[in-house]
Amino acid sequence: MSSLIQFVEEQLTKRNELPSFKAGDTVNVAYKIREGNKERIQQFQGVVIQRRGSGSTATFTVRKISGGVGVERIFPENTPFIDSLTVLRKGKVRRARLFYLRGLSGKSARIKEKIVTA
Amino acid sequence: MSGIIGKKIGMTSIFDENGKAIACTVIEAGPCVVSQLKTVERDGYAAVQLAFGDRKVKNMNKAQKGHLKKVGKESASVIREFRYFTSEVSLGEQIDVNLFQIGDYVDVVANSKGKGFQGVVKRHGFSGVGGRTHGQHNRQRHPGSLGASSFPSRVFKGMRMAGQTGNARVKAVNLRILQVIPEKNLLVVSGCCPGSKGAIVTIEK
Repeated sequence: MSSLIQFVEEQLTKRNELPSFKAGDTVNVAYKIREGNKERIQQFQGVVIQRRGSGSTATFTVRKISGGVGVERIFPENTPFIDSLTVLRKGKVRRARLFYLRGLSGKSARIKEKIVTA
Repeated sequence: MSGIIGKKIGMTSIFDENGKAIACTVIEAGPCVVSQLKTVERDGYAAVQLAFGDRKVKNMNKAQKGHLKKVGKESASVIREFRYFTSEVSLGEQIDVNLFQIGDYVDVVANSKGKGFQGVVKRHGFSGVGGRTHGQHNRQRHPGSLGASSFPSRVFKGMRMAGQTGNARVKAVNLRILQVIPEKNLLVVSGCCPGSKGAIVTIEK
């Protein structure tokens, strides 16, 4: 990326301070929703299936099963609407993009937990 | 109209006050020097000539060097003319990004990326024949018929066909200025503008 683009991004985008997380982790995103003049916070909990992009345009995708239907949501990492992000569980996966989860359901769609030894 | 010459740096996105992500293009614009003022009496038309950028002095020919010497500049990478310049400028005056304010609408002119010789699907947005079944042979992206038969017995002028695509002068109109950064001579405009990264663009207000 051009250093001038980086400069512009640093100047104009307020970075969100997110904890480190990877594809395979289970996260809970508290997302601010504006309805008219009122603002409320909606929780979205699921597995991160990809992180993509760099700088201020980076995004991540969270997948969850809601009422038996798979729901995916793409969040820009630096959107001002993210209230908080908590990592609930570290996952042990072998790839960076977990699109294979879309074809799986139930027991086979589980991800092993990564045991972090200090 | 007034304008400035610049270089396209690339694209990114920023969040506006409503939290919406807006795609934007970063342009390094100016500073430009007014290198000549053309008048109707002398040149037959009125225009303002701007010089932008630098080049190795050994790569400038004598005529160019002599031309720029009058305004105290050694070299320039681009020299462009702007007709119908409304703001009053004098010879040798420097024009920079402060010409623009946040919220202004500008047009950006540049040579678009060359795509080579392209078929009608890419060049004119034809939809092709639709499928490979129903007896279709091997012509999925062809234009189909060019016209009727014995009358008019010719193909009308201007019929859209395959040919060179891109690498032509394109003007992107009504791009909003999102940010002006004078210390680095940067403009951030909404949306995309023609040309590859590093392309020379002219920004007209």
